[in-house]
Amino acid sequence: MTNQINWEFPQALEDEAIYILRETAAQFEKPVLLFSGGKDSITLVRLAQKAFYPGKIPFPLLHVDTGHNFPETIEFRDWLVDTLGLDIIVRNVQDSIDQGKVQEETGKYASRNALQTVTLLDAIEEGKFDACIGGARRDEEKARAKERIFSVRDEFGQWNAKMQRPELFDILNGKINIGENVRVFPISNWTELDVWNYIRRENLRIPSIYYAHEREIIERDGLYWPYSPFLNTTADEVPYLQKVRFRTVGDMTCTAAVLSEADKLEDIIAEIMEAKISERGARIDDKRSEAAMEKRKQAGYF
Amino acid sequence: MEVLRIATSGSVDDGKSTLIGRLLYDTNSIPQDKMEALHAASKRKGLDFTDLSLLTDGLVAEREQGITIDVAHIYFSTPTRKYIIADTPGHIEYTRNMVTGASNAQVSLILIDARKGIVEQTFRHFFIANLLRIPYLVVCVNKMDLVDYSEARFNQISEEFQQLLENAGYKGREVKFIPVSSLYGENVASSNGAISWYQGPTLLDYLEQVQFDHADSVHPARFPIQSVIRPRTTEYHDFRGFAGKVASGHFRVGEEVISLPSGQRSKIKTIEQFEKQLDTAHARESVVITLEDEIDSSRGNMLVKPDQQPQQLKEVTAQVCWMDATPLTTGKTYLLQHGVNRVKAKVQQINFVVDVTNYEQIEGKTSMGLNDIGKITVKTASPVLADAYSVNPANGAFILIDEFNNTTVAVGFVE
Repeated sequence: MTNQINWEFPQALEDEAIYILRETAAQFEKPVLLFSGGKDSITLVRLAQKAFYPGKIPFPLLHVDTGHNFPETIEFRDWLVDTLGLDIIVRNVQDSIDQGKVQEETGKYASRNALQTVTLLDAIEEGKFDACIGGARRDEEKARAKERIFSVRDEFGQWNAKMQRPELFDILNGKINIGENVRVFPISNWTELDVWNYIRRENLRIPSIYYAHEREIIERDGLYWPYSPFLNTTADEVPYLQKVRFRTVGDMTCTAAVLSEADKLEDIIAEIMEAKISERGARIDDKRSEAAMEKRKQAGYF
Repeated sequence: MEVLRIATSGSVDDGKSTLIGRLLYDTNSIPQDKMEALHAASKRKGLDFTDLSLLTDGLVAEREQGITIDVAHIYFSTPTRKYIIADTPGHIEYTRNMVTGASNAQVSLILIDARKGIVEQTFRHFFIANLLRIPYLVVCVNKMDLVDYSEARFNQISEEFQQLLENAGYKGREVKFIPVSSLYGENVASSNGAISWYQGPTLLDYLEQVQFDHADSVHPARFPIQSVIRPRTTEYHDFRGFAGKVASGHFRVGEEVISLPSGQRSKIKTIEQFEKQLDTAHARESVVITLEDEIDSSRGNMLVKPDQQPQQLKEVTAQVCWMDATPLTTGKTYLLQHGVNRVKAKVQQINFVVDVTNYEQIEGKTSMGLNDIGKITVKTASPVLADAYSVNPANGAFILIDEFNNTTVAVGFVE
C-alpha cells in the first residue's frame, strides 16, 4: 500500500489557501481563526503565517477548551502560541456549564462534544467576530462537499444550504449584514492526505498523541479508550498500559486510540492511508460482467 | 503535483454518478467505510452488484426533499495528478449552479446517453462550456452496452455533436469523443476490449495527459493587489510589500512595472514567498512583491507591465448569466467585483437575451430572470482594469453583488 501513497503536496493548494486568507483579512473587520490543536488547524496557522509574512498574523486564534482535552494538546497549543507570538483567546465550556447555559451529560458515554457549540457561538458574539476561519474540508462528508469557501451564517450560526451564494472563479464575496458572520474554509479543496503531506513538507510539529506512545487505556465496545478522570468507567473496565496513537485530536472522552508502533510521520501517514483505503478486491461487477460477456459473445464481438 | 479540475454535468439517469463512482473506485479513492456502506446499500436495494452511483446520489435524496441542488466537489488522485470534480446538476433551473461549478474547470465532461443521443440538456451544457471557454471538452457517449457497442451509433452521435460545435463557433481548444459503459467500467479507467473498434484512450488515460494551460507566455502579466504588508517592526521598519496572487502571465525581479490606475512606474526589487526569495512569480502563485520606489498603491490596484496594459473601463459590455430570483432591471445599481476590486455599477442597457438551445438573440428586453444568459452594458463609478474574457479569462470575469442583501446575483464575461 505504501507504494501507492503519493507523497507530493500539490503546491496550487497552498497558493489558493493563502489567497483566501488574504481576502479574509482584507474583506472583514474582525476575523478569527478557530483553533483546536489538531492537524487541520495547525495547518491553517502555518498558512496564515505565510500569508502575511513578514508581518504578523492580523487576527487572533480562538480555542474553545472543553476541559477534557489531552494534556499533550494543551501543552502543544501553549508552545505554538509562545513560539510564533500569536494572540489567542481561550473560552471554557466549564464556564458555560457554571452559567447554566448548558448541562453536563451523564452516564457512561458522557462527553462535552455537543456543549462546545454554545461556548463557541457566545465567544463569536462577544468578540464581534465577522469571519471565523476553520479547517473543514469538502472531502469529509457529503454536506461539506457542497459548502462554499466563504460560507454565510445567520446570527444563530446556521448554514442555509438553500441560500448559498454562487461562488465563481476565485472571486470571493464576503459582504454581510451586521450580526451575520462568515465561516471561511481555506483548505476546502484539500484531502486528508494533502494535509499530511503538507505537514511533512513543512516539517510542522504536531501534538505527541498523533505518534505511538505508551498510555493507560480501557477497552469498551471493541475500541481502546484513553483512561482519564473524565471518563465514566464501569467496574469491569480496568485500565492497562498499551502502545497506541490517536488519529484525531478531540476530547479524552470521545477519541478512541488505535494500536500502533508508528513513531515517524511517514509511518503514521502510511497507516492512516492503509486503514482508509480498502484493498482492491475482486472486481465489483464480476457477476454483471459474466452476464455481459455472454451478451457480447452473442452479439458476435469475440 | 498538478491539480486538474473537471466539471461534469448531467441528469441522474444518464449514468453520471456511476461514471464518477467508477473513476473513484478504479483509482482506489473510495475509503473503506464508504465502500462498506455502498455494499450494504446495494444489498438493501436488492442488487447483486455494488451500485457505484450511490456514492454521489446524496443528490437524489436532496432532490426528493426539494432542496435546491448544488455543486458537489469530489476528489480523487492518481500517482501523477490530483483531480477535483465539480459535479453539477443538469436541469435548466440549476443553470447558475452549472456555471458556478464549471467556472474553475480546465476540462468539461459532457455525458450523452447512447440510446437518446443529443438532448436539450446537452445543448445547455455545451453552451456553458463554450461561454466559459473551458479549454478541453470530453464527450463521453455512455451506456454503449445498451446499444450493443455499436460503432455506427457512436459515429452518428459524434457527427451530430461536431455539427453543434460548428454552428456554435466552438471556442475551446480540443474536443474528444469516448465511447464508454460506466456500469461495466468500459473505457472509464480501464478497458476489457468490449469496444474492439475503438483504439483511443480511456477517459482516465485522456485526463492524465491533458496539458495544463499555465499560459505564462501567452497571457499578459496581471498582479491584482490584495493588501499591502507593512510590519513596522524594528527588523522590517521600512518594508512595504504588495501581497497578491498573479492572475496571469509572469513577473521577474528587475522588470519595470506600472501601477494602475495611478500610472506610477517602478522596478521589481524582490519577489517573496514566505522566507524564500524568488526570481520569477508565475500565474496563480501567491507572493509578495516589493518595488524599488515608494509608490502609492493599495488593494484593488494592479501591477502590470508598461507594454501590456489592460483596458481601464468606465463602461463595461459583457455577457452575463443572471443568478438571482429577483430580475435584473435597467437603471439599477449593483456592486461589481472584478477580482479583488469592488466598484459601483449601474445597468445602462440589456442588449439581448440568448436562447441557449438555438443561440437566438432576443432583443428589446428590459429585464433578465433567473438563469437567463445575455449581454448587458454597465457604467462604473471608477475604472475596471479588465481584459476581454476571450483574450485573458483570468482577468476578464466579474460578479455583480446586490447592494441590499449582499448576495451574488450575476457573473459576467467582459467583451
